[in-house]
Amino acid sequence: MRSALTAVLAAVALLAAAPGSAQMREAPPLAADPAVEARVMHLASVLRCLVCQNQTLADSNAELAVDLRNQLREQVKAGRSDEQIVDYLVTRYGDFVLYRPPMKATTALLWVGPFLLLVGGLAALGLTLRRRARAQGAMAEADGGAGDAAARARAKALLDEPGRSA
Amino acid sequence: MKKYLLPLAVLVIVVGFLGFGLRLDPREVPSPLIDKPAPPFRLPVLQDPAKTVSNTDLKGKVWLLNVWASWCVSCREEHPVLVEFAKQNIVPIYGLNYKDKSDDAKAWLARLGNPYVLSLVDEKGKIGIDYGVYGVPETYLIDRDGIIRYKKIGPVTPDTIREKILPLVKQLKG
Repeated sequence: MRSALTAVLAAVALLAAAPGSAQMREAPPLAADPAVEARVMHLASVLRCLVCQNQTLADSNAELAVDLRNQLREQVKAGRSDEQIVDYLVTRYGDFVLYRPPMKATTALLWVGPFLLLVGGLAALGLTLRRRARAQGAMAEADGGAGDAAARARAKALLDEPGRSA
Repeated sequence: MKKYLLPLAVLVIVVGFLGFGLRLDPREVPSPLIDKPAPPFRLPVLQDPAKTVSNTDLKGKVWLLNVWASWCVSCREEHPVLVEFAKQNIVPIYGLNYKDKSDDAKAWLARLGNPYVLSLVDEKGKIGIDYGVYGVPETYLIDRDGIIRYKKIGPVTPDTIREKILPLVKQLKG
């Protein structure tokens, strides 16, 4: 009974999958020339989509991204160099269109900022650790230099004290 | 007491930055075209596609170029403001009908009013790319020499007109 049911279910699943598999053809190549397409995709992956700002032109499906990819393709086919094509977009959309911002006076903080924060954080950590070590040293000295052993003996005495049981 | 001063100072600084950041609109990307010549175009006129108009035809006057489309929701929000502004006859508004169907665009203008001297048809959005359009509506103020002086990304509001466009127009015409 159970195996019959499984068989029926399997058949249904196969039938359901059949038309799907017929539709699952390869996407048609976007350009006849794979070399052109490779350059277009490379360019699209270093340029930002202005509509979905955290995606590259290659990742985005926004209409503008599709148009801009077509622009890239046209210009690659027209034989323009990568720099010329990137310049074409920068003159229209500004540096923002570059996924990797250029190093300039206005972007210096962007590039150097994280390292400044890292150095600052390390300095703060170092200072704190040193201060803590010094404070512990001072405490140990207050114990008469005996340090851990004395402290432990004192704790033991407190714990062993009769009538102090919790 | 002194112990709390440093964290408090850090908090104040961080809140300051966050507060400043909240007021910025990340969608507003400054245009590199400000103070640069408006990119050239020659485009058919929406109401009369046999006729074309180019940017050189508009030299010698201060004008607004408003990029719009009938499918654009924010344009609808902006439209009454433009209609009202056009009535004041201060500066001519030219439309750039961006990636639209001309029939839809004409119906839109018939229904909601037409603030434009004329609208140019940019069916494929090619001129839009030249102007760095990435979100309709966008509005450009172009001076007598064909230089872009101001760009508004997103809908023009009465505030934009009062605080940005009018003073600039006065200065450019003066």
